[in-house]
Amino acid sequence: MELADLTAHELLELISKKEVSPQEVVKSCIDRIEKYEPKIKAYLFIRNPEEIINSVKEDEPYSAIPIAIKDNILVKGLPNTCASKILANFIAPYNATVIERLNKKSLNIIGKTNLDEFAMGSSTENSAFGPTRNPWDIERVPGGSSGGSAASVAMGSAIWALGSDTGGSIRQPASFCGVVGLKPTYGTVSRYGLVAFASSLDQIGPITKDVTDCALLYSFINGYDPNDSTSLNIEPYRYSPLKGDIKGIKIGLIRELLGEGVDPSVKKCIEDSVKIFEDLGAIIEEVSLPYISYSVPTYYILAPAEASSNLARFDGVRYGFRASGKTAEEMMSNTRGEGFGPEVKRRIMLGTYVLSAGYYEAFYLKALKFRNLIASDFRKAFERFDVLISPTSPTLPFKLGEKVENPLEMYLADICTIPINLAGLPAISIPSGFVNNLPVGLQIIGPVFSEAKLFEVAYAFEQATPFHKRRPQLGGISYGV
Amino acid sequence: MEYEVNIGIEIHAELLTKSKVFCSCPVQFGAPPNTLTCPVCLGLPGALPVLNKKAVEYAILTALALNCKINRNAIFHRKNYFYPDLPKNYQISQYDTPIGIQGYLEIETANGRKRIRIRRVHLEEDTGKLIHSGGRITGSDMSFVDFNRSGVPLLEIVSEPDISSPEEAKEYLINVRDILVFLGVCDGKMEEGSMRCEANVSIRKKGSDKLGTKTELKNINSFRAVERALQYEIERQIEIVSKGKEVVQETRHWDEKNEKTISMRSKEEAHDYRYFPEPDLVPLEIDDAWIENLRSQIPELPEEKYERYKTLGLTPYEAKLLAHDLELSIFFDKAVKLYNNPKNIANWLLVDVTKELKDRNKVITQTLLTPEIMVELLLLIDEGKISGRIAKDILPELIDKGSSPEKIIEERNLTQITDTSALLSVIEQVLKENAGVVEEYRKGKEKSFMFLVGQVMKLTKGKANPKLVNELLKKALG
Amino acid sequence: MLSIEEVLHIERLARLKLTDKEREMYRNQLNDVLNYAAKLDEIDTSNVPPMYHVLPVSNVLREDIPREIFSQEEALSNAPLKEGGFFVIPPILGGEE
Repeated sequence: MELADLTAHELLELISKKEVSPQEVVKSCIDRIEKYEPKIKAYLFIRNPEEIINSVKEDEPYSAIPIAIKDNILVKGLPNTCASKILANFIAPYNATVIERLNKKSLNIIGKTNLDEFAMGSSTENSAFGPTRNPWDIERVPGGSSGGSAASVAMGSAIWALGSDTGGSIRQPASFCGVVGLKPTYGTVSRYGLVAFASSLDQIGPITKDVTDCALLYSFINGYDPNDSTSLNIEPYRYSPLKGDIKGIKIGLIRELLGEGVDPSVKKCIEDSVKIFEDLGAIIEEVSLPYISYSVPTYYILAPAEASSNLARFDGVRYGFRASGKTAEEMMSNTRGEGFGPEVKRRIMLGTYVLSAGYYEAFYLKALKFRNLIASDFRKAFERFDVLISPTSPTLPFKLGEKVENPLEMYLADICTIPINLAGLPAISIPSGFVNNLPVGLQIIGPVFSEAKLFEVAYAFEQATPFHKRRPQLGGISYGV
Repeated sequence: MEYEVNIGIEIHAELLTKSKVFCSCPVQFGAPPNTLTCPVCLGLPGALPVLNKKAVEYAILTALALNCKINRNAIFHRKNYFYPDLPKNYQISQYDTPIGIQGYLEIETANGRKRIRIRRVHLEEDTGKLIHSGGRITGSDMSFVDFNRSGVPLLEIVSEPDISSPEEAKEYLINVRDILVFLGVCDGKMEEGSMRCEANVSIRKKGSDKLGTKTELKNINSFRAVERALQYEIERQIEIVSKGKEVVQETRHWDEKNEKTISMRSKEEAHDYRYFPEPDLVPLEIDDAWIENLRSQIPELPEEKYERYKTLGLTPYEAKLLAHDLELSIFFDKAVKLYNNPKNIANWLLVDVTKELKDRNKVITQTLLTPEIMVELLLLIDEGKISGRIAKDILPELIDKGSSPEKIIEERNLTQITDTSALLSVIEQVLKENAGVVEEYRKGKEKSFMFLVGQVMKLTKGKANPKLVNELLKKALG
Repeated sequence: MLSIEEVLHIERLARLKLTDKEREMYRNQLNDVLNYAAKLDEIDTSNVPPMYHVLPVSNVLREDIPREIFSQEEALSNAPLKEGGFFVIPPILGGEE
């Protein structure tokens, strides 16, 4: 493997042993960008290579480990487009809190990655600037909405990345790109500086090559932020080396997420994973979460509703794209009509409708009640089980263009990830197998604040399997296991 | 009169917190445009609100002072509408759980005391300011936006339509304003926009218990405007209804210059604010301990002061004037502790001091007159050391320089003349020099007496004790 | 089925200028999603409290301490049009709101 294919913790060890220089690591990633980025298109903005190399500080080990940031997390002085025409010329005037925390460790930001416009989508095809391709098969999508971040890690152009997850946008692309992605417990990572999509569901999280890196990166970004009223004032997670001892752990396999609509090859992968867990000493049983089947309609009422309000600020008055108009009102409507892409407009329309007079109770309020039912399903399950598992996605990575025409079909594919956001729980997706060289992700879900346990369970599985060592073949050059 | 009137008043009061309601930007009047902003109050992507504790406390204090019940579980809602001075195109406000509900305020009316019920008191954020080139909304080439005011905490106080006349409306407004000022939560300056008011007004046939169609009046910028706008609107509605037509429910703009209300009905439809609970904020749980702690901080309000001043011997008129003037009443309370004649202090404050303050366009705390100085002056008069006339003369200096009255009197030899023999010799002189007037008096012209007194005062440079002069002069004239 | 008037109404509320083609497309797609969302009617939730917040947190408050954050320049740094320290926009039509 080349340096760009190693994990952060492996690289840090090599650097500390002086077997490799920080500059070599950074150059390896820059090299990846030069070679493969024109085809993969994971980035919307890449920092000047000279600047990236000059950002390396001898006494700051993490400055040697390039990180990619999803382009809806504000990095001061850099563009922040949210993959939308409406913010194409927007330069962030302040740092997101998570970036301030990364800056404290001198992490080296290599660039801003592509996403579905305003994080709305599951394939990164909704980007106004063109889709990102899956490094495992460039005819296929990398997943979404954090497709750029997941692809950048899979292709080695960044050692690790940050994404955001509202209905699966970290986990599903991690699954599609064969990497690890964590959606933390709601409230454990500050949302200040994350462009809001659905405020009660959004969380920022790490996308990494393995579980150890994931735990490390999470430990940097989590913790109370007084600038975010929904951030929790509790003891933050601090990293300690993972052991992976899961003997006796009770794992629940969610029945409803293995039913029809799940690709048989994905199902087989999960069944194989169950055996691996059992060999590790865990106890696995099926569990039913009856209200989970209402997750998708619940989500597709709540998320667009909040989004329709969160996106109202994009009006051409104070920043971003401005269309022409004889009056302010005309200008605002034209700006939004021209500046937003179709999926965003669709969700704004939907959200506006379900909040409007006469429909609020039937839709929005009703959805909030289902949210309660779904959350309580999980609570009951966690009385019997330590963690729950399911596929991260019911399908293998699909081909570009395959689902664009049918929004509803795209929405239905989020069935495995959405319930977790509704309940505010943490969940991690890890590589659990390959089907025709396409990655299949396993989702592990825990009760609130159980990230440490999730890391242990994920780590145990990872160390017992070869999947985390596999790398995509890019441009005919094969390498890896 | 054939018709009864129902008026409801909605007040928006800017709170005197140091920072904004959802961010730490300073609250300041008159700063250069867009110099008091941050990601939050500019509505930048990624920004989040954090609630100002003081703003909440000011809201609770006001609700308590207005006799409201406090909502123990209060949440914020988003009020969604588009307007260029609203940076997020939604306003964080309160919908069905306002901090205070079911309160009341009692006012004095021509028919005695009346209770105006208060429906709600809630907290929300203010918008930015729009300026139009040319100074008018229509016919401009462009508009300019300043977000300094965006995010300033606003208290919205809504009354029930219990007010029955423009006079009552004005009285209600003044009373609410005074409470806000006495609590220290708002400076109540309508002309500066720190307190804004809108009125809903409808009429109904006397005896009918169904409310008529109401119109909403906006752009009322002073207490006088409230009265005149309402008066105009009531008459307008009466004219419509008496012709057999119907009042249209609409918003009307008060045209101060032409003294009439103008319809603002455009092709806009009724607003659908799509209220939903603000997901970026967590609920407020207001417990008894917090409420009682705040209740104990409520200072004596005008109502209480009024009653107390009456027991001190002030007339209702005097008591009312003093009780509704925050600075003057605080001064008065301090002075009363040092001096045993409240009525005397009140009189001086309300007449002579007030005149001097008006001339200087100042409040008493902006002058150097202290309660101690005031009391010193009054004691000098009581002890006969100076005359009232002289006291009035040196008052301006006390106000502007804060000098000690005793010192002034000593230095300038202003001590009142009470020495009978000294006065007698002056009187003798005056009578000699004004023999003609003395004749007129002896013939029966009463006014001449006052002239002679005046002459004595003149000769003594005002220092003579007037009462003594009167006595001695009468004797001397026989 | 959603009527074109309803779609126009939502367009207006959301300040989204659509083309005729877009309007018809959204009308159909919205209809599909809303029909699907009606699945929620299968369960009687009259006794279920709505879950407004995932977290059982209350009273997150900030002390009243002012801080200057943006300079005028920073505030206007992304303004499409500015003049004399103000954001400049086309004129407002009619009254407020």
